[in-house]
Amino acid sequence: MSNAPLRVVHDGAPATARPVLIEIRALAKTYRTQDGAVPSLRPLDLDLGEGEFVAVVGPSGCGKSTLLKLVAGLIRPTSGEVRIGGRPVVEPPDDVGIVFQNPVLLAWRTILRNVMMPAEVRRLDRAAHLARARALLATAGLSDFENKYPWQLSGGMQQRAAICRALVHDPRLVLMDEPFGALDALTRERMNLELQRIHHETGKTILLITHSIPEAVFLADRVVVMSERPGAIAAIYDVALPRPRTIDQMGNPVFADLARRIRGHFYPQGQLAPGPSPQAHLD
Amino acid sequence: MAANPRRRLLARALDSAWIRPLVMMVGLIVLWDLAVRLLRIPPYLVPAPLDVVAAFRSEGGELLAQAVPTTLATLGGFGLSAVVGIGLAMLIAGSRRVEAYLYPLLVFSQSIPKVAVAPLFVVWFGFGMTPKVISAFLLGVFPVVVSGVQGFKSLDPDMRDLARAMKCSWLQTFRMVSLPHALPSIFAGLKVSVTLAVVGAVVGEFVGANSGIGFVLQRSIGNFDLPTMFAALVILALIGVVLFALVDLVERLAVPWHASQRAPIHATA
Repeated sequence: MSNAPLRVVHDGAPATARPVLIEIRALAKTYRTQDGAVPSLRPLDLDLGEGEFVAVVGPSGCGKSTLLKLVAGLIRPTSGEVRIGGRPVVEPPDDVGIVFQNPVLLAWRTILRNVMMPAEVRRLDRAAHLARARALLATAGLSDFENKYPWQLSGGMQQRAAICRALVHDPRLVLMDEPFGALDALTRERMNLELQRIHHETGKTILLITHSIPEAVFLADRVVVMSERPGAIAAIYDVALPRPRTIDQMGNPVFADLARRIRGHFYPQGQLAPGPSPQAHLD
Repeated sequence: MAANPRRRLLARALDSAWIRPLVMMVGLIVLWDLAVRLLRIPPYLVPAPLDVVAAFRSEGGELLAQAVPTTLATLGGFGLSAVVGIGLAMLIAGSRRVEAYLYPLLVFSQSIPKVAVAPLFVVWFGFGMTPKVISAFLLGVFPVVVSGVQGFKSLDPDMRDLARAMKCSWLQTFRMVSLPHALPSIFAGLKVSVTLAVVGAVVGEFVGANSGIGFVLQRSIGNFDLPTMFAALVILALIGVVLFALVDLVERLAVPWHASQRAPIHATA
């Protein structure tokens, strides 16, 4: 395996020598419910380099979303800590953009005003950010829709608008929680290409939570595989495929081998049944 | 040449939303008149429609003058209902503790018939505007609270997370996210509230007032002046309908984006 363009890393350090942006140290989360404590994340360590694209895959309920919310400062860890740019996260940090599984656009705002909202809330320079919002919408193919309301757009268009919104204040870090989970397969592939282009052009650090192994391999510099609940890091794979990657490369043996190896983590746990499954259309 | 468009215009007028209830009402009035004539119902039980029209002619000015204090009391009570109701809804939706303490009591208080406690307000506040406004408020506030709580609580948790991730202040979250999200529900409550506020104002006038439609109703019943009483009822219904229409209009202007209001936007877009 030494000559394969894959490298299995267990120490959670970035593949290449990038300056570290996010340090996750012994991070654990246990939810307190009426039925007692429900451990969601076992202590885990992970570093994200500046400009790195990291994808997290894992079975449902493995704590992927918990991990993202902890990094976003939306919930407090039970133990351990997250540092962004050296500063511990105790509340939502400043230069972070978030995309959820649902677009979560405000129905009473036009698309442009939805995209402008982060700038508006932070009282950033209006003219500059208006131009930026329009430029983002243009690259997302939504120029003709900036004065429409969210319900007038398709699901894929709404999600593109949500991504524009996450980028409008030029955050260093973009967190995405299964952003394409609700989209059909074709739209999803187009969005993957779009996201790769955004990452390539802006050099943002992106943490992507996804169910889809092909999506993770296609987009990420590193794929973090999580085990069943309570979640922990089962393995981390470097994706050494050259960029820009094309959809055709999904048929590439290196790609297929990596996807197969990642998938192998789930079969023993019985999470992904062989044969037709929700993931089947992506194979 | 002109006949065809004119006929089309007539067809469209007959098809419009407001003409159907009007046709229905005219039919009911005719039925009423026929019933009074054919069944020989004495006028001290049910006056004929024309008697009511006559009462309008002789007492119209007086009735309109008396409609003013009733309308003012209604508006006062409704305004209080809106402000206090939305405030209470925010508190209840915002804190589980406030909800636990306040909500059951609020529901409990609704089971007390307002008509029974209205005389108390006369004892406390005298025969002026105050007891009427309070009576209107007590009837009008509950639907605003219930619908407001429902509106504020139905906010998607993702949307709340989004607001926090954007670093919205409390006020920004309220102004940009929670309130607009709750507005459609709140308006549903306000529409119920405004019609109940009319009832509340009249109840207030029943128990102790020297002006208002409620006062006219009681006086005309006392004198067996049923035509005037019926005329007063018509005025009362008109007050309710006009106020309801006003709230409806404000809703159209305030939440044009909501699913219930979408058709007109789509036409202009």
